[in-house]
Amino acid sequence: MSAAVAAEPAKVDPMYQFTIKPLAELELAGFDISFTNSAAWMLVTTIVLFGFVLGGMKRQLVPGRWQMAVEFFTSFIDDMLQANIGDAGRKYVPYVFSLFMFILFANILGLLPLGVVGLHPFTFTSHFTVTGVLALITISIVLVVGFWKHGLHFFGLFVPHGTPLLMVPLIFVIELFSFILRPFSLALRLFVAMMAGHVLLEVLSSFVIDGSNAGALWGGVVGLPSFLLMIGICALEILVSGIQAYVFALLTVFYINDAENLH
Amino acid sequence: MPQIAQLADTYASQIFWLLVFFGLTFFVVGRGMVPKVMSTVADRDSQIAADLAVAEAARARADDEEAAWRKRENDNRAAAQALVAKAKADAAAKAEKKLAAAQKRLDTKLAKAEAEIAEARKNALAEIEDVAVEAAQDIVKRLAGVSVTKPAAAKAVKEAMAHG
Repeated sequence: MSAAVAAEPAKVDPMYQFTIKPLAELELAGFDISFTNSAAWMLVTTIVLFGFVLGGMKRQLVPGRWQMAVEFFTSFIDDMLQANIGDAGRKYVPYVFSLFMFILFANILGLLPLGVVGLHPFTFTSHFTVTGVLALITISIVLVVGFWKHGLHFFGLFVPHGTPLLMVPLIFVIELFSFILRPFSLALRLFVAMMAGHVLLEVLSSFVIDGSNAGALWGGVVGLPSFLLMIGICALEILVSGIQAYVFALLTVFYINDAENLH
Repeated sequence: MPQIAQLADTYASQIFWLLVFFGLTFFVVGRGMVPKVMSTVADRDSQIAADLAVAEAARARADDEEAAWRKRENDNRAAAQALVAKAKADAAAKAEKKLAAAQKRLDTKLAKAEAEIAEARKNALAEIEDVAVEAAQDIVKRLAGVSVTKPAAAKAVKEAMAHG
């Protein structure tokens, strides 16, 4: 009996939520650029973000709540750039703001319990194709700004001040390696954090559903504790959404600071 | 893991649409709207700073005005006090002068009266002497039957009066 249950395929596949489904087939220059559920949620994120910032554009001298919320975020990014880069950092506010808010809104929209009404949220930040592109954009900005401002002196970034001459080649290789790893760490951190959270929620929800279906005993022993844990994990995931967006933006700022000011 | 299993099929679509929507976000929201929001914040900050500066200036002006008013008030008070003191001094001087004049008048009156009294006394004394001389002549004539000349009687009377 128990062997039969175990042999049965799991009803809830925790990875299924990350499946990309085409909504409209499109092709451009031989590439498949179908409009997918992932693209649809990018569109939703863009629209929601646009609406959010639009609500803060009333430009009142005494701001309302919404305007204050938008101004809080712009000031937050502005302060972050100001604190880490200085006055030269101000010109990166549009990019870092877009990056931070895009990731934040994507993460939070992906957590919305819209499945209740049959609309399944898709967290596109849990795909390394997406986080990888964002990381590459950041690193491209760093490289362009670095070489634009400092030319070949930018390679000085890989040799910290006071390095003994004997150690320079070794340090250079290590620092270069760590620099090359930056886009990967940047992309993987966000992708893994978002995926792990969603998998955990999905696994717990399968415990709740399967436990409840197995009767009152298993529902009480497995289902209920899992459900309570899920509530806590949901709160944690909202926190992680914010933290991961912040970390991505903050590391972007650090890397841009390297390019702007070297060491 | 769909992220890897579907990689070959979906990477182009993922990258394309991400660039489209993140690009839209960057250019419309990041470049278009965020600077306006930030300029609103900057405007507000500068307005607050300006208002504070104006308030500060107004307070400084009020302080100056109060100091000037205080000084004027003090000057006025000093002037008034000087005026009062001068009036008092003038009045005192005038009163003294009047008093002195009155005193003088009284003194002259007194002196005149004293002189009159002395005159009157002298006259009275002379009259008494005359009367005493006549009385002495009369008494001597009646008692001794001797007629004394007036000068002799007068001499005797004078002696007697001098001895009291």
